[in-house]
Amino acid sequence: MNDSNKTSLPVLNNPTRRTAIKAAGATLGALAFAKAISPIVEWASAETSIDDMLQKHYKELGSDDMDQVIARLEEDAKDNYGAEVTIKDQKPIPGVKFAYALNLSVCVGCRRCAQACHEENNHDRASSNSYIRVLEMSKGSMDMEQGTADYDHPVPQDDKFYMPVQCQQCDNPPCVSVCPVEATWKEEDGIVVVDYNWCIGCRYCEAACPYHARRFNWTKPEIPAEEVNPDQGYLSNRIRPQGVMEKCTFCLHRTREGEMPACLEACPTGARVFGNILDPESEIRWVLQNKRVFVLKEELGTKPQFFYFFDK
Amino acid sequence: MSRKPVKRAWLAWTPLIAIPVLAVAVVMASQALSDKPDVENPPASQPPLDLHPVVIRKPAGPPTIDTGQLDSAGQPVVANCTTCHTTKVPNPRLVHGKDLVDFHQGLTTNHGDRSCLSCHNPDDYNRLRLADGKPVAFTEVMTLCAQCHGPQYKDYQHGAHGGMTGHWDLTKGPRARNNCIDCHDPHAPQFPKLMPVLRPNDRFLRPSSSEDAHE
Repeated sequence: MNDSNKTSLPVLNNPTRRTAIKAAGATLGALAFAKAISPIVEWASAETSIDDMLQKHYKELGSDDMDQVIARLEEDAKDNYGAEVTIKDQKPIPGVKFAYALNLSVCVGCRRCAQACHEENNHDRASSNSYIRVLEMSKGSMDMEQGTADYDHPVPQDDKFYMPVQCQQCDNPPCVSVCPVEATWKEEDGIVVVDYNWCIGCRYCEAACPYHARRFNWTKPEIPAEEVNPDQGYLSNRIRPQGVMEKCTFCLHRTREGEMPACLEACPTGARVFGNILDPESEIRWVLQNKRVFVLKEELGTKPQFFYFFDK
Repeated sequence: MSRKPVKRAWLAWTPLIAIPVLAVAVVMASQALSDKPDVENPPASQPPLDLHPVVIRKPAGPPTIDTGQLDSAGQPVVANCTTCHTTKVPNPRLVHGKDLVDFHQGLTTNHGDRSCLSCHNPDDYNRLRLADGKPVAFTEVMTLCAQCHGPQYKDYQHGAHGGMTGHWDLTKGPRARNNCIDCHDPHAPQFPKLMPVLRPNDRFLRPSSSEDAHE
């Protein structure tokens, strides 16, 4: 051992080819890593506050916590969209389980329901997003995978029928079981909800849903301030952040207050029937007991709470 | 011995108490009877009294017809049915709007093989008439439609036909329902063809090509 080796750093003092390559490799690696994560760093610093990052799961929020979260979200809506909104945390009504039925004999495929959903639920305007996809189907076929959603001609066509498809609020929901972080679950009244602040955007649920009912926010939703629906629910139509999943909630911000869903009110033919399946006197129960009712993809065992029927 | 007079004194007061109580009961009972809801069109099941109402929209009444003329104030001059029909002789064979020469030109009729007088009342054009000849007000048009369209009317009574707005839960608020002619033109009742709105624009519906399949 000589003196120079004792007192100096090996890399600086002995610039062998091997150490030089190691140093260059380490530097390049660090730079590449920084570049690779820069979108996340930029996104996090621009859109996400510390409070956002530290927010607890919906089910672990106390009422004080929820008040703070809602105040923050209302503030965000003002900052990001220039809109004064009211967000509530509507709870399930005891003794109520929601179900929906749709009369395929009278649906004309006009997509008024999809438009009402688009406006009610604060969907991104540019992508014409909606939780309802109306499928134009050939008469005689019941295979929803063969339906067309972007038809653009007067309806109804004589050789077609029209089948609006939205979340079926399954009693055995595959989208819920695949979620790796429990950001989506089924509530007491049957509604499958998403905590948009807990969702990590992995899109497993979108892949798992046999009804193509879930949507992903590829971009930050853009809505003019005057078009924002200010009556919002934490688990329903508040404006979603970029990068999270969303889905039909049977308009729980309306229906848990006793109102009809927006798509039902918009339907010009009265094809839609909504109500409490636990109430034997309800309209939905009359339909289930007196009409020829079926569910989509029954063989999958998802137990949809959305029913289709024909008059004849 | 001393208790008896006390007891009798209490009995003496009884009519004074009983008469007002009876009077209040009679008044309440008569109010309850007079508060009975309109049973002209009873709903499928009588709702308990604490529920909000289901209101069925009704036509305003006998229609009027635009004469095509304007009055001195520039307002259109409209005529009532009886303005002409008190002197005109009814023609029971008239079936098509295109056969009308003086008024109602351009009226599209496409309602099975009904003639005008199947529903219009030649004895009183301010009212309609049922199949048995009984007159019925324009506001009660659903009674007329229901004569032939029983299955639809049954569905309607159970909330499975016809558009509505308001509350599914009538303990929280009321509901408004369309009547038959809100959606069906009585002269040509088939629901018209429409242009669909809000064409979907999501990325999976675009025709895929090798260039943008993985963008």
